[in-house]
Amino acid sequence: MAQIFPSASAPHIRTSDSVSKIMLDVLIALIPAVIVSVFVFGWSALVLCLMGVIVAEALELFIMKVLRKKKDFIPDGSAAVTGLLLAMNMPAGFPWYLFIIGILVAIGLGKHVYGGLGSNPFNPALVGRIFLVISFPAAMSNYYKPGIWKTIDSLSTAASPVVTGATPMGLLKEGGLQNALQNHTYMDMFLGNTGGALGEVCALALIIGFVYLLVKKHVSWHIPVAYIGTVLVISSVFYLINPDQYGTPLYHLLGGGLMLGALFMATDMVTSPSTVKGSLIYGMGCGIITMLIRIAGALPEGVAFSILIMNAVKPLIDRWTRRRPFGALKKEAQ
Amino acid sequence: MKGGTEQNGGIDFPRWNSPPGNERVISKRPLERMPLPKTVYCFVHQNLGAPPKLLCEPGDKVKTGQVIAEPCGKVSVPLHAPVTGTVKEIIKMMHPAQKKKLDVIVIERTAEDEWQLMPSIDFTTAGREELYQRILDAGIVGLGGAAFPTHVKYNTTLVKPADLVIINGAECEPYLTIDHRLMLEKGEEILNGLRILMKIAGAKKGIIGIETNKPDAIDNMRKMASHDDHIDVIGVKTKYPQGAEKQLIYTTTRRKVPVGGLPIDIGVVMNNVGTAVATSQAVTNGMPLIERGVTITGEGINNPKNVMVRIGTPISELIQYAGGYKGEPEKVIAGGPMTGPALTSTETPVMKSTSGILVLPKPDKAPRPSKPCINCNQCVEVCPMALEPNFLVKLCEAKKYNDAVEMNLFSCIECGACAYICPARIDHVKTYQLAKRVYNTLKGRK
Repeated sequence: MAQIFPSASAPHIRTSDSVSKIMLDVLIALIPAVIVSVFVFGWSALVLCLMGVIVAEALELFIMKVLRKKKDFIPDGSAAVTGLLLAMNMPAGFPWYLFIIGILVAIGLGKHVYGGLGSNPFNPALVGRIFLVISFPAAMSNYYKPGIWKTIDSLSTAASPVVTGATPMGLLKEGGLQNALQNHTYMDMFLGNTGGALGEVCALALIIGFVYLLVKKHVSWHIPVAYIGTVLVISSVFYLINPDQYGTPLYHLLGGGLMLGALFMATDMVTSPSTVKGSLIYGMGCGIITMLIRIAGALPEGVAFSILIMNAVKPLIDRWTRRRPFGALKKEAQ
Repeated sequence: MKGGTEQNGGIDFPRWNSPPGNERVISKRPLERMPLPKTVYCFVHQNLGAPPKLLCEPGDKVKTGQVIAEPCGKVSVPLHAPVTGTVKEIIKMMHPAQKKKLDVIVIERTAEDEWQLMPSIDFTTAGREELYQRILDAGIVGLGGAAFPTHVKYNTTLVKPADLVIINGAECEPYLTIDHRLMLEKGEEILNGLRILMKIAGAKKGIIGIETNKPDAIDNMRKMASHDDHIDVIGVKTKYPQGAEKQLIYTTTRRKVPVGGLPIDIGVVMNNVGTAVATSQAVTNGMPLIERGVTITGEGINNPKNVMVRIGTPISELIQYAGGYKGEPEKVIAGGPMTGPALTSTETPVMKSTSGILVLPKPDKAPRPSKPCINCNQCVEVCPMALEPNFLVKLCEAKKYNDAVEMNLFSCIECGACAYICPARIDHVKTYQLAKRVYNTLKGRK
């Protein structure tokens, strides 16, 4: 008895992994940082995070279904990742209407004008952040003083909106290392007890999240190690020149947005190179530009700019670092 | 010798399939000889290369082993009648690999086998040319799935000997267990086949490469080969596509086949274990290639089996022999799940290239739709040829065929590792196959 089947092409078995599972894992990896931000800055931090996730997903749904008329679009969680990462880049208590403008820019201008998922040359969350930094510099540098661990009894009012505190990188730029270290210890910077954007203050939480992604094999170590390694090398050199002016390598490692940038922003799959060699070059480029801005620039912090600049160079790096196919000769004989 | 070199990339399959899809269980089931079919359907074009020329017409009486089509050109082999009977008609059927309708000789079996065999040869005393001629005359092709004429691999070795013949017992495709069974039950024939092939190649050394997920096969082959200093049995890591030619050559010898080159360029010839068995039978028994081993397996089959079956048996009869469908079948695949073509009809007969019949049942959930590439790099990590499938597939989709060829599109061995691992469910292999065909057509026209 013959039976007729529709034609199908090999392979006939597929992994159970999917884009939305990867995105979900990235969101899970950011949960420790979200929890810490609530402890440090109070409930307003959680509001920003949830707003980022919900507004970004809703906006993407609207763009895909209504503006781009993709009727069969199923949300994949990539917008939620962008929204949450943008929230991680905001100071606590950032005005909600400005934040929504930031999400609009990130999802609209950072992602969908290029064709949506997979086609954006720049990290959308960083596009949103830089837009806000340039457009609303005052609101973006209005950092809350960290609350918890000193006044744990009143969690909801832990972060008093009245007092604003400077960030580690800002303090270093203004008054030098000794002055900065009077405000916080290295341990404060490691655990999150400093001023700064929601997601960048606690190195520990970010490392925990990144290890989760490593275990799940969604990221490789190459970009963060090259990035952070480069920052350590350059800051060590300048530390030897003038410790008080340039700060210690450890200070550069824990202060500012380096951890958030190196572990979660520079490793964005779409906008980073594919080969091992390319990843190392890309990470080193990020490190060099970050240190250039931190040491010689007018801004106290350069992580966001450095990653965006390296995003732009990514296609070129891909071209430089083409893999040699299996069995190819060492040097192309020509 | 122990272990092998690590291959590039590759996939560790999750041990997902519980019985009866489980290779560990199915590989315990001994070979059965299927009863002779009433009618056989022989594609004239069974081998890679040129199809042989038809020698019979409707009404002719043929004996088992009689030549019914003669080779036509250098890359071609004869075809032999798999049963004794009468040629009923020549019809057209959909060829699963060529994807077009081709000639099929329909033979109605009228009696038990009346053999027409070739004289037997003692390979220890026979000359190399004589043995070479025999594997050509017996219609032997690669039985791993590609059906490339075996003698062609030895064309140059009569002039310039190879160093080494490798027998491929990796069987890296999930589900398939036939090579495993052959190594357990026909070890002596595999060794003799290897010795014959080494003689034709002028090679001093033979290697049998087996994935370590078949420890009993490794033990059996080692035991049998223990008194032969010229033959090594090497266990290689269980990692798809370990059984691909260039990959297994590398993991057993550390030699790399140059891009665009052939194994013989580095002094190696490789054949499948099934081919070794067929070679041994062709030489010592004078038997042409008219039957082969087939695994009938998959979650969609009631009673998975390993069988010896005549070429030309309709696949529907194999399915029946294995207890029929379990549930509603979604696909019937000729070969393994990674590279085997899906059949459009179960009337399709067993061919020289059919290493397995895999029946997959309808899945519980509809497959996820494909998404845009997010550059997650998993395809780059698993590619055994060290290509960059993420870029390659985009170039092919954009019809930038010249750029794709520059990025070594033709180095792709279509193993399907990239498409298997892709979380966005992109159809890499389908896209590459189309691109290669279009590129070759356009180039041919210039």
